[in-house]
Amino acid sequence: MDQYALLVAATLNAGTVLALAALGLLINEKAGVVNLGAEGMMLCAAIAGFAAVVHTGSDWIGFAAGIGAGALLAAIFGLLAIWLNTNQYATGLALSLFGAGFSAFVGIGYVQEKLPERMQFAIPWLHDIPLLGPALFRQHPMVYFTMALVLWLVWFLYRSRAGLVLRSVGEAPESAHALGYPVRRIRLAAVVAGGALCGLAGAYISVIYTPLWVQGMVAGKGWIALALTTFATWRPGRVLLGAYLFGGVTMLQFHFQATGTEVPSQFLTMLPYLATIVVLALISRNPAWIRVNMPVSLGKPFFPGS
Amino acid sequence: MLKLEARPEPSRVWSLASPLLALVVTVAIGVLLFVALDKDPVRGLQVFFWEPIRSPYALGELMVKTTPLLLIALGLAVCFRSNVWNIGAEGQFIIGAVLAGAVALLADKDTSRWIVLAILLAGVAGGMAWAGITALLRDRFNANEILVSLMLVYVAEQVLSYLVFGPLKDPGGYNFPQSKTFEAVTQVPRLMTGSRMTVGLLIALAGVAALWVFLFRTRAGFAQQVGGLAPAAARYAGFSSRRALWLALLASGGAAGLAGALEVAGPIGQLTPYIPAGYGFAAIIVAFVGRLHPVGMVFSAVLMSMFYIGGELAQSRLGLPNSLTGVFQGLLLFSLLACDTLIAYRVRWTHWPARRVEGAS
Repeated sequence: MDQYALLVAATLNAGTVLALAALGLLINEKAGVVNLGAEGMMLCAAIAGFAAVVHTGSDWIGFAAGIGAGALLAAIFGLLAIWLNTNQYATGLALSLFGAGFSAFVGIGYVQEKLPERMQFAIPWLHDIPLLGPALFRQHPMVYFTMALVLWLVWFLYRSRAGLVLRSVGEAPESAHALGYPVRRIRLAAVVAGGALCGLAGAYISVIYTPLWVQGMVAGKGWIALALTTFATWRPGRVLLGAYLFGGVTMLQFHFQATGTEVPSQFLTMLPYLATIVVLALISRNPAWIRVNMPVSLGKPFFPGS
Repeated sequence: MLKLEARPEPSRVWSLASPLLALVVTVAIGVLLFVALDKDPVRGLQVFFWEPIRSPYALGELMVKTTPLLLIALGLAVCFRSNVWNIGAEGQFIIGAVLAGAVALLADKDTSRWIVLAILLAGVAGGMAWAGITALLRDRFNANEILVSLMLVYVAEQVLSYLVFGPLKDPGGYNFPQSKTFEAVTQVPRLMTGSRMTVGLLIALAGVAALWVFLFRTRAGFAQQVGGLAPAAARYAGFSSRRALWLALLASGGAAGLAGALEVAGPIGQLTPYIPAGYGFAAIIVAFVGRLHPVGMVFSAVLMSMFYIGGELAQSRLGLPNSLTGVFQGLLLFSLLACDTLIAYRVRWTHWPARRVEGAS
């Protein structure tokens, strides 16, 4: 039984990476901007965070470095896509390609580095409960932070005035503009916030999840996070559930490998990618369902006064 | 302050000048990067822009890398012109290489030279099949082709890895994850002795001509592009968007698969885990920088090939990681997209408005 508790714990941990990134992307997609650069931002943030921890020894400075790297790259993307009206898909793709190259370039000196002994976290009292303790209450604080972030995001998007404005910018930018809201600045802010969360996810990967640096270590998690926002029909709660589901799929392969299943490891490694394709096909089957939930101006540039 | 003003119609001059300006911007950033890394920038530029063209042998090597980039980009141009976002050419390249490699492994000493044809066709079929999955899921289930084609890259890498670690591993290969070296008869014919250039280059150039005719001289090519530019007009004209989707993906998948086949049965000569060299992604940049025009892409493919060779030389001569290639590729696409703004907009100096309201003119 204990191994199942550990599987649940590992699932929550893996899901946290995806959830952080997907919640960030949700914010900018709610404002009408698709950023295909998630993978690149996460890679750059992963090396930034890892390097910061190597030099300072503090995980929290590592997270801050990741957030900074993600936000900076997102800002560059935002300036191009929002102010210069470049194609959002192409610009995001450029960011992903650049991020992959740049992180590999910068990270070459860190390949052999190791991080100091990791601290174990546990919630007092609760972590001693049999089964539930190891499964739920011995997680890194970021796991609980992500859960709290979802609650906050639900409140922000659907209950706060600022969230209403953000959504209106994504649904009907012309109307928001007519009401006097600075559409492009709000979009830029949303893109930067999205990049910051992707950055946090990237740093979490290289600092906590697998504490080392390997070229291309994000391994498509940025793209899966992008798919997650569609799976979740742009709802924060569903994003979190979807992320845990995919975290579970990721962990299943390690579970199978550990229990010595005969299936070649390559097929297990494929699982998250295949699962993404299958779920994407199932969710997208009904175009009306997607259309109703998708921010109306998603991916469309807004050029005031034209 | 600087202000963008929409042009009445897109500027033809800037449409051609923008890639050049983007290259200048990329080189300028590159020079700054070399200075920041304490390397001689002149030496750095030499490695990227002079060394690859300074001898016949170097030129041949340049063409060896230009071939797959150009082939894949030709296919992607059909996709992007019809607004189909296939970004998984890397996966189609890998599966093309795998199928081609599987056929090549069937050859023995007595096999006829014609097996090369079968190898190349297997590559085309592999790439088409892999892209066909994306087309099918898009057509039947409306699944986003960007995400599906990209996810399939990761799947293709695992397929290749499974085969070279498993069924196709060379039994006499000291347990290295690679297949047997292909028989000499499977080698794609070389153009001349003393160079690794193969007939693949001629196939790519024939592809340039074929794409030009298809895009600009056939009704099918016209229909294909109308769907990308104006979906409503295409529907009104009775052009099928499903047809355009399938044609775009099968053409680009086939081209990428062919590139994969030419690569394994050409310079590589066996299946290894290192077949994916990022050509599928670099070709996206080739396609955009070449303006999705067959002739333009010849130039951009050569340029991107220079980036690849320059990156390798920067590693051996300057002690810089060869991921420098990826940095420059990404920078080039970024600069291009920014410079492209000049095609549709004029930059004007205006005075600050008394009270700044966004977009007030």
